[in-house]
Amino acid sequence: TFLSEKQCYSQLFSFENVRPGRNVNLSFEKDRASLLCMKALANRGRLDSVSQQMASHPQYLESFLRTQHYILYMDGPLPVHYRHYIAIMAAARHHCRYLVSLHSAQFLLADGDPLWLQGLEAAPLRLQHLDHINKVLAHQPWLTARSHIQALLKTGEQCWSLAELVQAVVLLAHCHSLCSFVFGSGSDSDTTPTPRVHHGTPPGYCLCDAANGNTALSPSLAGPTEKAPRRREEDEAMFSADPSRFVTDPEFGYQEFARREEDHFQVFRVQDYSWEDHGFSLVNRLYSDIGHLLDERFRNVASLPFPHSPDLKRAIWNYIHCIYGIRYDDYDYGEVNRLLERGLKLYIKAVACYPDSSKTPLCPLSWAPVKASDKVHVNLLVMEARLQAELLYALRAITQYMIA
Amino acid sequence: MEKMTRVSGTVSGCTMFCHLDAPANAISVCRDATQVVVAGRNIFKIYGLEEDGFVERLNLRVGRKPSLNFSCADVMWHQMEENLLATAATNGAVVTWNLARPCRNKQEQLFTEHKRTVNKVCFHPTEVNMLLSGSQDGFMKCFDLRKKESVSTFSGQSESVRDVQFSIKDYFTFAASFENGNVQLWDIRRPDRYERMFTAHTGPVFCCDWHPEDRGWLATGGRDKMVKVWDMSTNRVKEIYCVQTIASVARVKWRPERRYHLATCSMMVDHNIYVWDVRRPFIPFATFEEHKDVTTGIVWRHQHDPYFLLSGSKDSTLYQHMFKDASRPVDRANPEGLCFGLFGDLAFAAKESLMSAPQSVGDVGRKTYPGGDRRYPIFFFKKPDVTEQFAQVSSALSVFESEAGSSVGMDWFINTAQSYLLSGKPFAELCEHNAQVAKRLNRPQESTTWTMLRIMFSEPANPSLSSNHNLNKSGNLPLVNSFSMKEMSAALNERNKENRQDNLHSLETNLNNNDENEETEGSEGQAEYLFGDAELDDDDLYSMEHDNQAEEPEYLLPQEAFPLRHEIMDHPSAPEPVQEKPESPHVSGSEAESTCLTPMESFSLISVSQLLFSPHLPPKFFCPIVKEMLCYYAEQGDVQMAVSVLIVLGDRIRKEIDELTQEHWYMSYIDLLQRFELWNVSNEVIKLSTCGAIMCLNQTSTTLHINCSNCKRPMSNKGWICDRCHHCASVCAVCHHVVKGLFVWCQGCSHGGHLEHVMEWLKQSKHCPAGCGHLCEYT
Repeated sequence: TFLSEKQCYSQLFSFENVRPGRNVNLSFEKDRASLLCMKALANRGRLDSVSQQMASHPQYLESFLRTQHYILYMDGPLPVHYRHYIAIMAAARHHCRYLVSLHSAQFLLADGDPLWLQGLEAAPLRLQHLDHINKVLAHQPWLTARSHIQALLKTGEQCWSLAELVQAVVLLAHCHSLCSFVFGSGSDSDTTPTPRVHHGTPPGYCLCDAANGNTALSPSLAGPTEKAPRRREEDEAMFSADPSRFVTDPEFGYQEFARREEDHFQVFRVQDYSWEDHGFSLVNRLYSDIGHLLDERFRNVASLPFPHSPDLKRAIWNYIHCIYGIRYDDYDYGEVNRLLERGLKLYIKAVACYPDSSKTPLCPLSWAPVKASDKVHVNLLVMEARLQAELLYALRAITQYMIA
Repeated sequence: MEKMTRVSGTVSGCTMFCHLDAPANAISVCRDATQVVVAGRNIFKIYGLEEDGFVERLNLRVGRKPSLNFSCADVMWHQMEENLLATAATNGAVVTWNLARPCRNKQEQLFTEHKRTVNKVCFHPTEVNMLLSGSQDGFMKCFDLRKKESVSTFSGQSESVRDVQFSIKDYFTFAASFENGNVQLWDIRRPDRYERMFTAHTGPVFCCDWHPEDRGWLATGGRDKMVKVWDMSTNRVKEIYCVQTIASVARVKWRPERRYHLATCSMMVDHNIYVWDVRRPFIPFATFEEHKDVTTGIVWRHQHDPYFLLSGSKDSTLYQHMFKDASRPVDRANPEGLCFGLFGDLAFAAKESLMSAPQSVGDVGRKTYPGGDRRYPIFFFKKPDVTEQFAQVSSALSVFESEAGSSVGMDWFINTAQSYLLSGKPFAELCEHNAQVAKRLNRPQESTTWTMLRIMFSEPANPSLSSNHNLNKSGNLPLVNSFSMKEMSAALNERNKENRQDNLHSLETNLNNNDENEETEGSEGQAEYLFGDAELDDDDLYSMEHDNQAEEPEYLLPQEAFPLRHEIMDHPSAPEPVQEKPESPHVSGSEAESTCLTPMESFSLISVSQLLFSPHLPPKFFCPIVKEMLCYYAEQGDVQMAVSVLIVLGDRIRKEIDELTQEHWYMSYIDLLQRFELWNVSNEVIKLSTCGAIMCLNQTSTTLHINCSNCKRPMSNKGWICDRCHHCASVCAVCHHVVKGLFVWCQGCSHGGHLEHVMEWLKQSKHCPAGCGHLCEYT
C-alpha cells in the first residue's frame, strides 16, 4: 500500500500543477488542499474524484470532509455498517453508481453482511422501514410529515430511536445532495476502470480530466486501486452492480412543487423554521456536534469567493430552495428570472432534482459556464442548498413530532 | 415609590390565557400595563388585560389579502406614546402604527430600506420619535418618525443583526447582537463605527437586554444555551454572571425590581419560561410550564411590577403568568447532599443556617439531623417567603473524616495489611500475632479465626503445655475455660458448623486451653518461657509428644530456617525432628496423610470419652472447614483475610483450593493493596504467593533504561559505563567514583550519586554537591 500511496501523492501533485490556478495565495491554498487530500487519502486509502473537485475550494473541502468523516465513522448511535448501508440506499435513489459502489465496499470493510448487498429485501426490516422517508426526502421532501417520524419511532421490535433516526436523516440528506454534486461534476463514471467520455464536460475542464486519467500528465485514478489489496477491487467490481436493487417504487420522482402549491401543501417559510434558529438547535441536541459541522459547511459555501455579484449567489440558493418549496419572505423571486439565464436554471434544476444519469430528461445539459470553477461553485451551491432543504423538512417533521 | 403604589393599585389578576388564531412571534405591552399586542405571521391583535381574562380589543390585520408587511417578526409598543406601535416584518419592512387613526387601517409609516428580514425594532426609551431596527442584512437603521427615511444607518460589518436595544440610562447608546456571536455598542450620533465590540457567545446571540437599574449591565442569550451578564461600565467588558440553560436562549428580560433576576425562554425544544437568579445559575428560581410549544415572546407586564409575566407562544396561546403560581424547582431539589469518599470520609452539604451552630465535628452528623428532623429544612423552604428570594443561596459543606479503626473507614484494612505477619516466624506465632492484630483493631471474629487456625494446625502439645503451666500457677482454669468456650462456640456457630458439633466437642478441650493461653500471654516474648515450662510438664501429660518438645528451641533460631521446620511441626508422628529437618514440606505433607489413621481412631475414642487431654486431630481434618471459611471471607469482601490465611497456612491448605480461585483472591488483594499504596505489603504478598501467575507479577517491568549522561545514547551493557564513549556515566557527585549500586539524583538539576553520600551531603548543605548551584532537597 505504501507504493500506491506514493503514487497517489505524485498524482496529487501533478493534478495540482494542472489545475488552472487562481493566483491569490496560490501556494497557501495549494498546501492546504494537498494536506487535506493527504488526510483523506490516509483515511480511506484513496482519493475520490469528489474531493479532487472540491480541492479548488480548500476551506470548503475541509469542512466537507470533516462532516462526512464524522457522519460515517465517528461517534454516533448507528453501527458503521448501517451507516454505509443507509448511504447506499440514499445514493441508489438517484442511481448514483459511484456512491453505491463506494459505500458497498466500505460496507463490507465494516464487516457488513454481504447478503444485504443483494438488495433491500435482504436487509433487516429496520433499514427497510427507512425506505419510505428516504424516497420522500430524495424527491419530494415537502411530503415529509410527522406521521413518517411517528411510524419509525413507534415502539416495537424494529423501532428507531430518535437519535438514530436523526443520524440516519442527516446521512440520507448528505448522500442525496452528494449525488447531485457527483452528477453535476460528472464523477459518476469514476467507478468504471476504463476511462470514459463524460457527458457535457467541456474540454477546458482539466480537474475532471486529470482525475480520470485523460491527461498524459498523471497516472490514471485506477493507479491506487490497482495497487490496493486485491480484495477491495474485487468487491468493488462485484458490487458496483445495479443500484436499482436498493430501490422500491422507482417511478416516484421529483414533481414540480409550484403546481401543487394550490393543494394542501403549505409553502415552507424560512422565517418560521430556519436552519440558524431552529434546525441547528434540534439536530445538535439529538446528534451532538453535527450542528456545528453542518453550520460550518453552510457558512463556508456562503463565503466562497464568487466572481459574480452576491445577488447571483443568493438567487441560485433561493431558486434551489424554491424548487423544493422553501420560500423567503424577504426575497423578491422576480430576481431569479432576472439574474439566472435559462440554461443555468435548467442546469440547476437538473442537478438538484434529477441527478440521475440513467433518466435525465434534460440531457445533455446545455449550460456551459465560462469558467470551470464556476461550475464547481454552482454544484457546491446546489449540493448545500439541497442538503439544507432536506434537513429543514426532516427536522421540522421531527420538531412537530416532539411537540405533539 | 410613587409609581410602585400606583402599580399595586392598578395591576391585579390571576394566571390566565387565551387562544390566538395563529402562532405568535412577539408580544409587547403598553406602558400602563392594560393592553398587550400580539404579533406573528398571521396575527396582529391587541388584547385588553382584564381582571379575569384577555379581551380582544383590536385586530390590526386588515384587508382581504394582507401583504407580507403584516407578517411580523417583532413588535414594540412605545413606552411614551400610548398610541404608537412599531413592527418588524419578515419581508424587511419596518412599519409604524398609530392607534389614534380614525380609519380601520392603523398603519402610519412604512420603511422598506432593509433588504432582508428585520429581526428587531426598538423605540428609544425617552425620545418619542426615535426608532431603531436591526435586520438580517447586517444593518441597523435609526428612523426619525417625522421623516420618511432613516436618518442614519449602522453597518455592523459582521453578519445578521439579531437584536438591538437602547440603553435605558445612556441616552445615546445602544447595543446590537449578531449572528456570529458578537455584541456591539454604538453611539447613536456616530454611525461610522461602533464604540466597542466583543464576542459574547459561540454562535448567534439571539437577544440582549439592558439592566433596568444598573447602568453597565447587559444580559445576552445565545444559541450556545448560555445567558451571560456583562459589565460594560469598566474599560474591558467583563462577564460577571453566566447561566447555562438547556436549550438555545431566544429572549431574555430582566425582572423589574429584582436586581439579580431575569426571565428567559428558548427557541427550540424547551417550552418553559425560566426566571433565574444569576447568582445561582444552576437551578432556575422559578419556572412557568404552561406552553405546549416554544415560547416566542416574553414581557413583564409592568416595568415596576415583578409579579406578572406575559408570554406568547407558537402554540397560539397568550398567557399571563402569576409569580405566585410559578413552580419552584428549588423546592423539589434536595437541599442537602451526602456522599461517601473512598476512604470512608463523609461529605455533607446543607444550608448554612442549619450548619452554623457550633458543634463538635463528630456530633454534628448524628445529633443535628436525626431521622425526623431531616425534613425541617425542606419544610422551612416551602414557607411562603416574604422576600421571594432564594431562602438560602449558600450552603455549608462539611467533611467528616472517619476515625481510625471505625467500621466505616478502610483504616482497618491498611492497619491490618501493615501489621499482619505472613512469614518469618513459626506458624503458631504468626497466627498468634495476627490474632493480636485483629483484636487490637477491634475485629474479634478475625482474631478468633486466627486463634483457631493456630489450634487446628499447629502442634497442640506446646500451647496446651503452657496453658497447663498457667493453670498450675494461677489455678483459675475453670473461669477462663468457661469464658473461652462461650466465645469459641459463638464463633463456630457463625460459621454454621453445628453439624460438626460432636467433633468440635472433642476439640474444645484443646481450644480452650489455647484460648486461655491467648488471654493470658500478653507478648510474643514468651517463647523462651514456653520452652522452659514445656520441658517440665512434658512428662506429666503428654508422653506422646516427646519429639515436639525437642523442637521447641528451634522457634528461636534464625528466621530463614523456619518455613521448613514450621511444616514439620505439624507432624508429630515423626520420631526424630533432627531427621525431619532436611525434608521438604511436600514430603512431610505426605507423611501427614499417612499418619492420619491413628488420630482418627483416637478421635472416635475422644468423642465418647470427652477426655481433657485428647490426642490431636490431623490437620487435614480441618481442611474442608478452613476452605469454607476462606471462601466465606472472600465472599464477604474480606479478601485480605482469605489471602493472609492462605499464605500463613501455606501448604496446609493450598491444595484444597483450586488454583484459579487462589489466583483470583491474590489478584484482588494485590489490587486493593496497590490502591492504598501499600507497595511493600503488596510486594510481600506477591513474593509469598504460590501461584505462578502472581509470582511473575514481580518479574515484569523491572528494567530501567538509562542513557549515558555524556553522549546521551542508551546504555546497553552495564549501567555505569557507556559502550560508545567509554565514559563512566554515573559518577557520584560527592566522591567522584562510579556508582554501581543505588544511584540517587535530583529531579531538578539531575546531579546525584551514592545514596548515602548524597544523604550525608544534603544534611550539611542545601546546594547540589556538583556545584551547579541548585538547591536540592532530599526527602
